[in-house]
Amino acid sequence: MQKASGKRQAAGRMGKWAMALVAGVLVGLLIVGAAAAQGGKVTDDQVNAVAKQLNCPVCENVPLDVCETQACAQWRDLIRQKLATGDKPEQIIAYFRATYGDRVLQSPPREGFTGLIWSLPFVGLIAGLAILVVVLRRMAAQPKAEAEVEVEAKTDAVADEYRKRLERELKELDK
Amino acid sequence: MITDVGLIAVLLSFAASVYSIAAAVHGARNKREDWVTSARNAALVIAPLLTLAALLIIYSNLTNNYRLEYTAHVSSRSTPTVLKITALWGGQNGSLLFWSWLMSVFVAGVMLRKWDKNRDLMPYVIAVAEITQGFFIALVVLFANPFAKLWQAPTGEIVGAVFGASGLFATLNSIGMSGIAATLFAPAGSLPFTPADGQGLAPLLRHPGMIAHPPFLYLGFVGFTIPFAFAMAALITGKTNDAWIRTTRRWTLMAWLFLGIGLLLGARWAYDVLGWGGYWGWDAVENAALMPWISGTAFLHSVMIQEKRGMFKTWNMFLIILTFAQVILGTFITRTGIISSVHSFARSSIGVPFLAFTAIMLVGSVGLLLARLDDLKGENKLDSLLSREAAFMAQNMLFIIINLAVAIGTYFPIFSELLTNNKITVGAPYYQSVVGPLLVPLVLLMGIAPLISWRAASAQALGKNALTIPGPVTLAALVLLFVTGTRNPFALLGLGLVIYAGVIIVIEYVRGVRARHKAIGESWLLALWNLVGRNRRRYGGYLVHVSIVLMGVGIVGTHFYQQETQQALAVGQSLKIGDYQATFRQLELVPSGQADKQIVSARVDVQHGGQTWTMRPYQEIYGNGERMTPPALWGNMQQDFYLLLGGYESDGSLATFKVFINPLVNWLWLGGIMFIVGTLVAAWPDMREERQAVRAGRRAPSTVQA
Amino acid sequence: MTEITSPQTKTSSMVWRVIALLVVVGLVIVLAFGLRARYAAQPRSGAAPDFTMPLYAGYDGGLGKQQVRLADLRGQVVFVNFWASWCVPCREEQPVLEKLWRQYRAKGVVFLGIDYVDTEPAALQYLKDFGVTYPNGPDLGTKISPKYHIQGVPESFLVDQQGNIVWFKIAPIAEAELTAQLNAALVR
Repeated sequence: MQKASGKRQAAGRMGKWAMALVAGVLVGLLIVGAAAAQGGKVTDDQVNAVAKQLNCPVCENVPLDVCETQACAQWRDLIRQKLATGDKPEQIIAYFRATYGDRVLQSPPREGFTGLIWSLPFVGLIAGLAILVVVLRRMAAQPKAEAEVEVEAKTDAVADEYRKRLERELKELDK
Repeated sequence: MITDVGLIAVLLSFAASVYSIAAAVHGARNKREDWVTSARNAALVIAPLLTLAALLIIYSNLTNNYRLEYTAHVSSRSTPTVLKITALWGGQNGSLLFWSWLMSVFVAGVMLRKWDKNRDLMPYVIAVAEITQGFFIALVVLFANPFAKLWQAPTGEIVGAVFGASGLFATLNSIGMSGIAATLFAPAGSLPFTPADGQGLAPLLRHPGMIAHPPFLYLGFVGFTIPFAFAMAALITGKTNDAWIRTTRRWTLMAWLFLGIGLLLGARWAYDVLGWGGYWGWDAVENAALMPWISGTAFLHSVMIQEKRGMFKTWNMFLIILTFAQVILGTFITRTGIISSVHSFARSSIGVPFLAFTAIMLVGSVGLLLARLDDLKGENKLDSLLSREAAFMAQNMLFIIINLAVAIGTYFPIFSELLTNNKITVGAPYYQSVVGPLLVPLVLLMGIAPLISWRAASAQALGKNALTIPGPVTLAALVLLFVTGTRNPFALLGLGLVIYAGVIIVIEYVRGVRARHKAIGESWLLALWNLVGRNRRRYGGYLVHVSIVLMGVGIVGTHFYQQETQQALAVGQSLKIGDYQATFRQLELVPSGQADKQIVSARVDVQHGGQTWTMRPYQEIYGNGERMTPPALWGNMQQDFYLLLGGYESDGSLATFKVFINPLVNWLWLGGIMFIVGTLVAAWPDMREERQAVRAGRRAPSTVQA
Repeated sequence: MTEITSPQTKTSSMVWRVIALLVVVGLVIVLAFGLRARYAAQPRSGAAPDFTMPLYAGYDGGLGKQQVRLADLRGQVVFVNFWASWCVPCREEQPVLEKLWRQYRAKGVVFLGIDYVDTEPAALQYLKDFGVTYPNGPDLGTKISPKYHIQGVPESFLVDQQGNIVWFKIAPIAEAELTAQLNAALVR
């Protein structure tokens, strides 16, 4: 049984399909390479520009432009063919989305439920700012205590005194 | 078999851990010092026991003992010796044992070093630490046991089990405990099985980066258990002053450092080996390690305020709980593969027990915090809105929002799949567009914070210091950048901010050194040494900020100005990118020295700026079909030239190459080194500080005596 | 520094605390569901999840439709096979499947090939290479495979006349095995 996923295979499962897969990869890339060498109109960079926005439909979380499996080579080929026939990148991405599902997109769609992912951090920021302002004001409004809180280990006390001394000296020098 | 000794050691450790929890709680509640001491001893003895267990796994690897399932899984006859040793953490079961071992060593360290300082907290520190320790050991024993041996079931299937054939296999399966059944027992009638060779480590794991990356990560994760245990102890005993913070300050700093190093090593490994052109993919497992580091950074800063002003006790409790919770959650999502990731471990049965532990830890710690909320009221007053305290609060808020944004991106797919039955992927573009803008105010705060004094700062002084020198210098730098071709406004903004922060820190150093030099007459170098030596926390902290500046330069450069191209080249053909020209000369087969590995290399001549040199990108093809395409790298502080060999024709006449130009990327690694240096400086013990702390500790209200 | 808290602040503070705790519990529950979803195995019994699949042009297997719905085939034995053109082991079992389809077609057994995450040109080439004639179509939008929790290809399910799964097989199928299963299913 084969799974066209990426690096971390359950060791040993690939077994005899190994060389066949390697051959398949090489053949796949050979086709790609040959097409490019023949001066095909679509460059690898154009294909990668579209593939970059997509995920390998089968692997877990691998962008399509870096995925090395034969299946991914096939999909990049598909992108190449579609670009050659004049499809625009947005159309190709829409095609992939319809054919393989939303998870093939690198960025979740902005409409619908997944739109939340874009708005929630913004909401969080506003809420965070609001809470910060409220808390700051509440703390600043407290009457000043007469007895200062004594910090038990004045580990920075020396540094503080030292700093004050520095400041004094600097002022002296600046005169 | 000798590894059975290891199994016994692990079982004894579990018993010791459970005993230790019971004894500590009993001793604390009944004020019996002898029970608490007994608990301490039990905790101490786990360290040598687990050391023995870990060593036996390594021994099994080194002696090619393939009867042991784990050795057969991660090692092989052709595996180099170094990798046989580091394969201890190459697979799920061994890495959990390794984790447990690290924790036992840390706990032993606390038992030995901190025993005299916090006797009132210690019983509960032991209890909480051992609950965590006990869980991981239990996980190892029952669900992910590296001491399982191989058996052949009557059906012919090869299975791993600790105890061999038994009717209990069927019995446990029938009551639904299939995970434990499979770990401990083989189906009745199974016979011992020893394969001729092991499978060996997955190819991607055979790189030095992968050898060091997990240990540092685990050191970080496990390290945070200690301050967490102290925090819980403080809540339980009601001793919520900052004793627990002071005691664990260095632990927290070191855990944070180790986690940071682990992240940097992972990034370097990805850059060096993976061949994707970058160093951070915002993959779920990467984020899982990043999130505790972010909240850990907020925690490190916030506890400074509690130490100085006695403020934010509740907030600090919340932050340490959040950090530890994210450590556990991160480990959970990494090892169960619940979120799709390139780092997925194979399916295992640890999911349910791990979730149970996560639930107990989360509900327990949050519940405890909520119950003790009233005890945590501190002296929460601000003398002025323009103060370092306020700046720290704003910075904390930003860190938490960034943490939240990363968490939303990471966990959202679970929600989406559950609620809408629709699988989605959250890739790098999301994180970049959400986290990027949040970094702007954060770096700005980092820049001006040294200029804002505690309690109340004068706006005039701040304005003067913030603008007089740093302003024009930064502006000049920006103009220079603009004139030499940097036009992207966001890149200019990012670089401007980090330069600004860097300038202010340099000025701080110069002022301090100059003052010593003029006032005491020390030479510049000696003045610098003593300045840093006597104020390690401050000036070490500044160095860490400098490291952030350096890393920021690298991140801005690679994010905004990376170039890439891919082309198939015939022999003698060239491709051009930027002002580089790469010409394909020859394809070569290189002897690999390993039976299952083939190396195909391409000789490429690269021309740039009048120089020409040869690069040899290669591919490794393994027996099981996996391929690795590490890049050939050439670089300087300005940029990296990153060359990959893609597909090729078997007669060597045609080869596809992919090239990335990564501007300023080496500033990132330089910043990484500076990060380590700065944190070590800040954490380095100061004998005078220590004496003062001990004196202050003695002056504090007396602790509970037996 | 004690404050005298009014009863209202105490209650509202309690409310906030309970809410906080519930949020934490909620997160754990979500993770539990996520875990269940991730570890859900392929169904080996029970009602076969229904689905509708568009068919490749020329590969309607005599059904005379452009798409097929599993529920519509109630009353017939259905053999569902997930495959892909990039899947090397699938090629091993393909001749067996086509042969047995031709044998059992007259007995009312329906073979359905579901093309998992594939490209149409490559898929059609694959079907042509093996001379496949039973209904085949793409798992459009990858909506069918999650229902069956497949981990890869090839994976096959045998559904009986009442619409229940009676057999599940991972990995390529041997002729004898499938023949036995089909015979057993037809007798029911």
